[in-house]
Amino acid sequence: MSGDETTFERFFGSLGEVFLLFGRAVREIFRRPFETSLTVVQLEQGGVDSWSITMLTAAFTGMVMASQFAIGLEPFGASMYTGKLVGLGIVRELGPVLTSLLVGGRVGAGFTAEIGSMAVTEQIDAIRALGADPVRKLVTPRVVAMTISIPLLTIMADLIGCAGGILITVAEVGVTFTFATEQMIQTIWVQDLMHGLIKSCFFGSIIATIACWNGMRTHGGTEGVGRATTETVVFTSVTILVSDFLLTRALLAIYA
Amino acid sequence: MSSPHERPRPRREQAADGAAGALRPHQRPGAEPIIQFRNVRKAFGRQVVYEDLSLDVFPGETLTIIGGSGQGKSVMLKLLIGLLRADGGSIQAFGQEVTTLAERDLLHLRSKVAMLFQGAALFDSMSVEENIKYPLIEHGWGTAAEMDQRVDEVLHMVDMPGVQKKKPSELSGGMRKRVGLARAIAIQPEVILYDEPTTGLDPINVRRINGLILSLQQRLGVTSVVVTHDMDTVFTVTDRLAMVYEKRIAFAGTPEEARNAELRYLREFVQGGWGTLDEDL
Ligand SMILES: Nc1ncnc2c1ncn2[C@@H]1O[C@H](COP(=O)(O)OP(=O)(O)O)[C@@H](O)[C@H]1O
Ligand SMILES: [Mg+2]
Repeated sequence: MSGDETTFERFFGSLGEVFLLFGRAVREIFRRPFETSLTVVQLEQGGVDSWSITMLTAAFTGMVMASQFAIGLEPFGASMYTGKLVGLGIVRELGPVLTSLLVGGRVGAGFTAEIGSMAVTEQIDAIRALGADPVRKLVTPRVVAMTISIPLLTIMADLIGCAGGILITVAEVGVTFTFATEQMIQTIWVQDLMHGLIKSCFFGSIIATIACWNGMRTHGGTEGVGRATTETVVFTSVTILVSDFLLTRALLAIYA
Repeated sequence: MSSPHERPRPRREQAADGAAGALRPHQRPGAEPIIQFRNVRKAFGRQVVYEDLSLDVFPGETLTIIGGSGQGKSVMLKLLIGLLRADGGSIQAFGQEVTTLAERDLLHLRSKVAMLFQGAALFDSMSVEENIKYPLIEHGWGTAAEMDQRVDEVLHMVDMPGVQKKKPSELSGGMRKRVGLARAIAIQPEVILYDEPTTGLDPINVRRINGLILSLQQRLGVTSVVVTHDMDTVFTVTDRLAMVYEKRIAFAGTPEEARNAELRYLREFVQGGWGTLDEDL
């Protein structure tokens, strides 16, 4: 386990590099011409292909939460409000966080593996030697794609998760479908949606940046690529969970 | 022992040269080097790769760099085109100081100095054609038709016509090297850096690549810097030989001078190939 500690120390010590890379990636967005086709490829691979796994997770999360709350609220005679709680929990927290964790693991690992393989076979050096900028060609398209696709996936996850919650509320608590739905819609404000979407934008860009950064600094052949890929899953998950807490406090201070 | 700064001496017979008796550019009296390393220092963390690297490259010559694995031959090539930054000293290329150039100012240098990477470093996700067009697009080569024509031309030069649509994964090691070479020469560089162009290839492909290095040099008049372990390469293509040893260039001179050099390590390297090398380190 001490090996993990040093890995983490190195990661947190390198956060400056990660932010620097993010800055360079953002700067390339505004440098004409924008690399549209590279970005579209990443949107397809990262966003569209993550659709089914995100929906599946959201549906079951909504249903599990509803099952728990329905029983947990019963002693207080408040089971009919199950839908409210599930809705709030999903839209503000679980939608963005679970989507980011899942997609971050799946797509982030893919980014690191692909860019890491390029690094160990000197393809990144080749990009520079041939007159191009690896940040522009590799990092910017991925950061843009993830910053767009994670919020979109989160919106869908919110909808499906809430639908799952309503379904179980109706089945378990015995309220009507209309009542549960209205309850939920009344509870969730635009603010709550924004709260979740701001988070997911942030998570999307940070996941992509960490994954690309860890890919670019990969060394040590195919073994190094494997190591970097698993590291990315850990780094992105930890970053999502820690920054979720910080972001939540900040957003609550602003809104609530 | 020859000093690295010494002017190259005339090569033995110029059998390979088209115009018999003509002096190669670097043999003309007073030829100016186009590339100069001066007292370059490079370390990775605490690992010092070069303590004091000094070397000249003259226009039109083929300079071969030899030295054991991990001695810093690839690092030298990467320092030259700014892929790595020197910690100290000076690297001049075409009258520009490379060590202080900003990344975007290196673009111009990289249009003149191309590199063939050790594993060819073709982009896996792209076809051969897209690989070769990559530098053409970045350097603004011209219309789509002109680019197509250029791709066709360079593929002919490396003896691989018609592979435009293939993916790198469909090609053998030797073919990948040749496509990598086609990509490197696409923008008509004046200097080509070859990083172990024949390592890992079968004898037929080794000879083919050596032939290509020679013919590019003769047909295009390019300057070549070839990192190699292969003595066959050394003796077929080389005008001058330089050896990396103990964090600097320990020898620079003609292959004949190398054969008779005082440095035992170098003599063994040149005479016995590189089999005995690693034990010697
Ligand atoms: N980007 C890098 N980061 C850290 N160490 C490096 C890097 N590139 C090369 N090295 C180290 O520098 C030394 C020289 O490497 P290299 O030039 O590739 O040797 P070779 O002579 O075999 O081409 C090696 O010990 C290698 O581990
Ligand atoms: Mg090397």
